[in-house]
Amino acid sequence: MPVMSASHKGLVTFKQAAADVGLKAAAVKSGTEIIDEITKSGLKGRAGAGFPTGFKWKLASATKGEDINKFVVCNADEGEPGTFKDRVILNECADLVFEGMTIAARAIGAKDGIVFLRGEYAFLRRRLEETLARRRVKNLLGKSVLGVKNFDFDVEIKMGSGAYICGEETALIETLEGHRGEPRNRPPFPVDIGYFKHGTLVNNVETLCWAAIIMSRGAAWFQQAGTSDSAGYKILSVSGDCSAPGVYEFPMGVTIAELLKEVGGEGAKAVQVGGASGVCVPAREFDRRITFEDAATGGSIIVFGPQRDMLHVAENFLEFFVDESCGQCTPCRLGNSKLLEAVRMLKDGVCSMSYLNEVVSLGETMQLAAKCGLGQSSPNAFLSIVNNFKDEIMGRVSGAGA
Amino acid sequence: MLITEDEALNSELTAMAESYGRSRSALIPMLQNVQSKHSRISEYAMQLIADILDIHPVEVYGVVSFYHFLNTDPKGRFIIRLCRSISCEMTGKDRVARQLINDLGIDFGQTTADGRFTLEWANCIGMCDQGPALMINDAVYTNVTPDKLHDVLDECRRTMGLHAMERRDVCPL
Repeated sequence: MPVMSASHKGLVTFKQAAADVGLKAAAVKSGTEIIDEITKSGLKGRAGAGFPTGFKWKLASATKGEDINKFVVCNADEGEPGTFKDRVILNECADLVFEGMTIAARAIGAKDGIVFLRGEYAFLRRRLEETLARRRVKNLLGKSVLGVKNFDFDVEIKMGSGAYICGEETALIETLEGHRGEPRNRPPFPVDIGYFKHGTLVNNVETLCWAAIIMSRGAAWFQQAGTSDSAGYKILSVSGDCSAPGVYEFPMGVTIAELLKEVGGEGAKAVQVGGASGVCVPAREFDRRITFEDAATGGSIIVFGPQRDMLHVAENFLEFFVDESCGQCTPCRLGNSKLLEAVRMLKDGVCSMSYLNEVVSLGETMQLAAKCGLGQSSPNAFLSIVNNFKDEIMGRVSGAGA
Repeated sequence: MLITEDEALNSELTAMAESYGRSRSALIPMLQNVQSKHSRISEYAMQLIADILDIHPVEVYGVVSFYHFLNTDPKGRFIIRLCRSISCEMTGKDRVARQLINDLGIDFGQTTADGRFTLEWANCIGMCDQGPALMINDAVYTNVTPDKLHDVLDECRRTMGLHAMERRDVCPL
């Protein structure tokens, strides 16, 4: 694995990127050439699900007809507990995000872009609007971008109103259309039928940035780092019991132990990879790697020191899901309430092993039966904590900690 | 001439419809605008918006009730939202919560009698590396400690005195 730089802290690659080199390269290429380059790089969606970006762009570009409006949507609704990388990217590298959106628009033939910014990040909006205005003046947005004929693209910012579920791409489209943020059935996928039935490409903030980097540095450069199934680098948001929380850039495939050393989190008892919907990795498995094929994350890394009560952690995550479930499907709406109830029983020391097993099987049912990706991943943290910390959570004497 | 509150709202919403358009996608921007100006979306406002967009009022209520940042009941001028997600929890949000309750004299979910402050929980506001964190309206405060709260609240009260009718961010970042 190549060493990328002396320091992993901060947005190393994004900040080094020369302005709009990727866009200039993309402007003289055809849509197919751009998509081929992105596909070759092996870039996968950086919000956690890891869908191949090149393939998504290809599907979006295949939506028929020259006159059909297409949309590029930047998903800036990061609500996963422990994730804040998009906030830092939007704050420090907004130009790169818009550059990525413009490249995506060039690739799929879209004329309109929307940044869906979460309500909690309203304080970022003014700066983003200023950046957009500056780009319009420089002809990096608007009619005939960079003087290229038929390359028209502009971006507007729409605000969220505080709902975790709107990070799910179909729920995001529902809220853009003025509805409750309830996920749609898939298929049809947004690339075919999205925003007001138009083909809509939804990409995460970080994914769009990497797309811009790949267009300037080339797919081969991106491929150098990472593993065979997870190419390139990943921006991680590290918080919890460590001496240097913050945003880090690591090559995909870094082990949790290596990561902990860098952030000053040695001696941790467990690490939550992927936020509330991710998995809890205990110390004995710290040789696991941060990749899509092993411990996948949209960026959230939460470090738990030896003093932490894992049951308390599970309770916090489940309270989050009970509050944030959109309520549309039963497995997520009721399932999370039942899991939370069980955690509280465990805390009070009144949960039998056979009941716990029932609840675990309910969690597994939720993973299969919930309607959207967020619902399906909501029991993950609970299940991995029960699985890895059974000796800690069973037989509690009421009122006492771990 | 005496203009009633209802009439004022009516012309305000009509003007808004001119700028946002009358398609369904204008609904949430309109609601956000009403929310930020009036700290709430009244039944009357929901009815008016439904008329303007030609949809059923229940559709409007359905949307308002779905989102955390939209509400029908009156709230304070300053809505304080303390993050309760795990990273802020580990950095001591419980002590901040306790001190907020002490300083404001209300519990979470309540509004002070003078209509200034509403206290609420928030789910992860994306400040996990600088917890405990809270929002006051659109402004974000990080690394909050119980002893700093009094000054923050005082700053709100002063802003309120200066701009009694105007809602502003007290701490633009």
